[in-house]
Amino acid sequence: MLEIKNLHVKLEEEDKQILKGVNLTVEAGKVHAIMGPNGSGKSTLSYVLSGKDGYEVTEGSATLEGEELLELEPEERAALGVFLAFQYPVEIPGVGNMTFLRTAVNAQRKARGEEELSASDFLKVVREKAKTLKIDAEMLKRPVNVGFSGGEKKRNEILQMAMLAPKMCILDETDSGLDVDAMKLVADGVNALRDEGRGFLVITHYQRLLDHIKPDVVHIMSDGRIIKTGGPELALEVEHNGYADILAEVA
Amino acid sequence: MALPELKHSTTEARLAALDLPTGGCLDVARRAALSRVQTMGLPDRRDEYWKYTRPDTLTAVEAPAAAVFESGEAAMFDGFDRLQIVFVDGVFDPDASDDLSLEGVSIERLIDLKDKDIHWSKDIYGVLEARGQIPVERPLAALNTAFATDGVVVHVTGTPSKPLNFVYRHGQENSDAILHHVIKVDSDAEATILENGPAASRFNHVIEIDIADRGTLHVVRSQGRDHERRAATHMFARLGQESVFKSFTLTVNGVLTRNEAVVEFLGDDAVAHVAGACVGDGDFHHDDTVFVTHDAVNCESRQVFKKVLRNGATGVFQGKILVKEGAQKTDGYQISQSLLLDDDSQFLAKPELEIYADDVACSHGSTSGAIDEEGLFYLRSRGVPEAEATNLMTLAFLAEAVQEIDSDEIAASINDRLYGWLARRG
Repeated sequence: MLEIKNLHVKLEEEDKQILKGVNLTVEAGKVHAIMGPNGSGKSTLSYVLSGKDGYEVTEGSATLEGEELLELEPEERAALGVFLAFQYPVEIPGVGNMTFLRTAVNAQRKARGEEELSASDFLKVVREKAKTLKIDAEMLKRPVNVGFSGGEKKRNEILQMAMLAPKMCILDETDSGLDVDAMKLVADGVNALRDEGRGFLVITHYQRLLDHIKPDVVHIMSDGRIIKTGGPELALEVEHNGYADILAEVA
Repeated sequence: MALPELKHSTTEARLAALDLPTGGCLDVARRAALSRVQTMGLPDRRDEYWKYTRPDTLTAVEAPAAAVFESGEAAMFDGFDRLQIVFVDGVFDPDASDDLSLEGVSIERLIDLKDKDIHWSKDIYGVLEARGQIPVERPLAALNTAFATDGVVVHVTGTPSKPLNFVYRHGQENSDAILHHVIKVDSDAEATILENGPAASRFNHVIEIDIADRGTLHVVRSQGRDHERRAATHMFARLGQESVFKSFTLTVNGVLTRNEAVVEFLGDDAVAHVAGACVGDGDFHHDDTVFVTHDAVNCESRQVFKKVLRNGATGVFQGKILVKEGAQKTDGYQISQSLLLDDDSQFLAKPELEIYADDVACSHGSTSGAIDEEGLFYLRSRGVPEAEATNLMTLAFLAEAVQEIDSDEIAASINDRLYGWLARRG
């Protein structure tokens, strides 16, 4: 599904190298987790994959089902099936959540040469999906993320993911700012989307999210590289011992 | 003191081209206003208050030509349940207008007052305008009081079931309209006034609003899309105790617009919000000049002005909050922001606070900036193409001003207009 080869990335403005040769393959149907200390480059990886400005790829490639992503505009990547659940979802006053969702869904369908959803079909689907995420009609009407609590914002991200049905879901610290109940609700939303045709890359600091979203593979990232890869037990190791042992081991 | 030669000759030339209407109860007010204009002289570019906006085309004898714009779309507020009062090039059109009778309000034509020696409007017409000349002169408003050829005087006595819609159609490409309205809102009465259209090639517009205790008035304006039209508008509002005044102005296109709002709190615990959103492309100069005077206790004022400018368009904001001695517990807020979509456009802002009371909360802010990149990326990452994402972020920028409109239905129609304008420019 997603194949990242020898990815080198630096910040455009500071001439600072952030990613120093990332290699990673996420297969369809699998959940990969990336853990790592602050500043290791996890969030940068998620931004580079989704096409945010300000980063320069100096070497390497990233493909989704064989298509090179790094040359594409963010909206083109989205239409191919890349989705990033933001750590800090952006507030957009004046634009209704429902309008935004419908604009996004139809823009992607149009880009893929599919027919746009009618207003009534769209409404039916969105209501059903919103209900399982405990998002009420009021939240759908309000401007995108404006006045939403931390938990509501993250649930809204998952609702977008459910509506857009991407192939490759990247979750950037989706657990940050959530209490246990909110995290469980979000995790349930993600688990409902697990599917043979869909890959997940879950970026997190903590093991606790991985109790709810069970990963198939866990990677440890440090200083712009993936330094260790293992099964779910690797996350538990980090939880008990921190990163120090692993860093010492590979050093 | 005698006027400088140039100002004197400009003023005299303009006045010589106009006929002073006579007869009836407004005679005294008109003559007094004429005298004010003669004393003040019409504005010129040396005046501090016109530092950022050139008034010459507003004071010239002839109105510069402006092509009549045919959008082919439904007019703003079409489809609303409303009472339409139509003016074509500044002249009331009874055939295009609705019947002027509506429960809770009485509507009369200004020019019908020439046959009346006694009328309630005498206590407001030219009176609020004259008060508004201190401490800053507004000669174009005095010119309007003296020479207004049409308009309506509206007495809101209850709560009319629908808004009054003043529709200003533009018919001739050299038309010059001077309209003056008076709105009196009684205690506990509430009404909404919608205004839309360019009115003429050049439009001098004054509305005087007197709101009694606990009265409420909403004004929502849309100034018409004719590219070459010019307008100088003045809104004078005087607020009684616990009264509420909310105005919002949408401006798309127009080569020159100067919108002045003068608000005075005379009764305690009143609320006034004055807001505006404008979008301009190219040969577009838009000036919002606002003066709010707090002369009562515990009143709230908000000024929220947002401007989207591109291709060399210019935006101006001059906003002042004056808190007089004793006007304690004043809550004054003022924000003026521009979104500059390129390097050629400019925004000139002069926010002012003048406070003589010690227990007040006043804040003001003014910014110029580009589109919010974080929001833009967020939308694009969801598959929304860049141009459309830019438009949505532009709407998001304007939202704080549009949200000043209480009616969701009206706010939605304003947003539709804004989105249409943005989409046409892709």
